[in-house]
Amino acid sequence: MSKPVSKPESDPAVRTRALESILVEKGLLDPKALDALVDIYEHKVGPRNGAKVVARAWVDPEYKKRLLSDATTAIKELGFSGLQGEDMVVVENTPEVHNLVVCTLCSCYPWPTLGLPPVWYKSAPYRARAVSDPRGVLKEFGTTLSENVEVRVWDTTAELRYLVLPERPADTENLTEQQLADLVTRDSMIGVTTLGSSAPTSASKH
Amino acid sequence: MNGIHDLGGRHGIGPIVREENEPVFHAEWERRAFAMFAGTFVFAGYSVDEFRHAIENIDPAHYLESSYYEHWLHAFEDILVKRGFITREEYDARIAKLVKNGGNDVVDA
Repeated sequence: MSKPVSKPESDPAVRTRALESILVEKGLLDPKALDALVDIYEHKVGPRNGAKVVARAWVDPEYKKRLLSDATTAIKELGFSGLQGEDMVVVENTPEVHNLVVCTLCSCYPWPTLGLPPVWYKSAPYRARAVSDPRGVLKEFGTTLSENVEVRVWDTTAELRYLVLPERPADTENLTEQQLADLVTRDSMIGVTTLGSSAPTSASKH
Repeated sequence: MNGIHDLGGRHGIGPIVREENEPVFHAEWERRAFAMFAGTFVFAGYSVDEFRHAIENIDPAHYLESSYYEHWLHAFEDILVKRGFITREEYDARIAKLVKNGGNDVVDA
């Protein structure tokens, strides 16, 4: 067991500053490269990417087939690939099966399609209970499933990341692909919520 | 390794706390710590496995108490010292200097 280098009570902001400044001084780290990375994951990559994948699968049966058989390649078709999305599996919700994604050991998550995970996804309570009491967890998120719906929990690893393909809401036949994408929420692609039968007029992005 | 990080199925950890309209980062240092992963593993040559192993070696009580990016920070410290890219002494000295200056960076770019 290795001990932390500095005392745990040291302010993480100060420790981060100290570490960055030393590494920059040594010429090992370029602060501008860090700025660029932050910009990408704060502003450019996020669940809107995953929503486009879902909407495409809803409107294009051939795409959906490819997505379910080789998710990594199908997602790449839409331009989303790279770090923490190298090997993807898409699991489909149906009237009989509901899928839920967790990473019990840490925080693995499909960055190219969902961005960086929310704090609750990385938190001990979610990681502990998603596997032992998935229906209870779903209830906390306001999702109540019928008893005869099978719940499948997928424990992500560093090598393999999961994305849930939620069920297409009812009465959305007249919506465009973009309007459909606007209905898809981050939480529905983690599997903690469903999209229910959203009225198209009240489409929201939360 | 069956450590504190292996949380699946553990009881008594408490309720799931969610935040409405959660920002991607909650503080500037989180931005820097996040980006430092890609920034350091390139020159230091460590793997995701080694990074996670370093996190899994955090003192169990501290693991549960500390935030996610603090875990990352621990891993950077652990790996970079172990591999000789920084020394514990220069790191602690820099921290002390920053604390003395109220957190202001006194280093020339």
